[in-house]
Amino acid sequence: MSLKLKALLKSPWVFHLSTGSCNNCDIEILDCLTPRFDIERFGMLLTGSIKHADVLLVTGSCNRMSVERLKGLYEQVPKPCLIVAIGTCTGSRGLFIDSYNCPVPLDKIIPVDVYIPGCPPKPEAMIAGIVKLIQKVGGS
Amino acid sequence: MTIIYLVVFGFFATAVLGLVTSWIDRKVTARVQYRVGPPFLQPFIDIVKLLGKETVIPAGASREVFLSAPLLGLAGVIAVSTILWVNQFFAEGFAGDWIVIIYLLTVPSLSLIIAGFASGNPLASLGSSREMKLVIAYELPFILAMLVPVIGAHSIRIGGILEAQTTGIFAGSISGILAIIVAILCVQAKLAFVPFDIPEAETEIVEGPLVEYSGPALAVFRLMKNMLLFVLPFFLIILFFGGMRLNGINLLWTVLEYVGIVAVITVIRNTNPRVRIDQAVRFFWGPMTLIAAVAVILALNGL
Repeated sequence: MSLKLKALLKSPWVFHLSTGSCNNCDIEILDCLTPRFDIERFGMLLTGSIKHADVLLVTGSCNRMSVERLKGLYEQVPKPCLIVAIGTCTGSRGLFIDSYNCPVPLDKIIPVDVYIPGCPPKPEAMIAGIVKLIQKVGGS
Repeated sequence: MTIIYLVVFGFFATAVLGLVTSWIDRKVTARVQYRVGPPFLQPFIDIVKLLGKETVIPAGASREVFLSAPLLGLAGVIAVSTILWVNQFFAEGFAGDWIVIIYLLTVPSLSLIIAGFASGNPLASLGSSREMKLVIAYELPFILAMLVPVIGAHSIRIGGILEAQTTGIFAGSISGILAIIVAILCVQAKLAFVPFDIPEAETEIVEGPLVEYSGPALAVFRLMKNMLLFVLPFFLIILFFGGMRLNGINLLWTVLEYVGIVAVITVIRNTNPRVRIDQAVRFFWGPMTLIAAVAVILALNGL
């Protein structure tokens, strides 16, 4: 594994992007930063700017309005970057599968590296998902 | 010889100590919040990671200025730290190096202002204009506080200030204590830490001038900030605590002084909310300038 990738996996800065979620997943993401879980132990930081991000945490059902913004933001992430789909909405559109406003799930728009299902997923599930992501990228 | 001073002491030693200091800062922050905090090598890994990422140059930005601003800031910090190291351990200062340091310490702020305006982003411009106001606000009390050791030592050379403190440190006098209080709060603003992180305000104007930076350019900016986190406490130790002494039991005192100053800065950072820019300007031009002026008057009377 190259030094570049090794360093990336040791300090993944996450950016949190909501594409029309009900805010449940977003609150659970913020829970990961609290003293109980404290993901800064693994070098993860929540960044405010997309230009500083390494991992994109996408939540929500990707509605027609936010798909354009999602594509624009994906193009702005400095590569290499990783995409995590959080919640049932991003994976399969969940409750909104028949909605006129949610044409496709997230992985039809941008490449997704790992899916974390749940409505909303627990912080433990998110940390487990990120660990799987690190194993997947680090192993290949 | 100058090259060795610049590269070995000015850059490498300062960078390593600065990154270690930033780990202390993050770890103390985590402990204050009942968290565990990052591992020891985390700041180094962050820099290596950022060096390996892509640099995105925004469409509206001026390419040359955008990429040269971080280097300007880094060059300023390297120059300051070289002068400090050379004075501290090789006694090779020059007349008036105190003035040069005061000037060079504004270069990092200047580079942030240039970076923000070159980014072509409204949030970055907002951050830059706030940084400008903050520099104007804290410079007056900072220079007044730094003047106290100069008056005490009757010398404008850093070497002279160090020599004058072989008998008694300036932190022991009333004027010295007042000046240290002002200086630590000004250092807080110089480092853009809470409560004076108005130019960067992550939750408000997403990192201000740095919002468009990515990859190696951001790595240089982070390195510059971390080096500044070492250089400013080092400068205070030289001016008020008689410099770093590495012989015998004095080594322990030096480390304690240094970690103490860093811990005070971090605790102030973690126990205060962010103030508005007008409140910050009023704070620095009002009470802080007053205290610094009192300290200068006391120092002139030999207290």
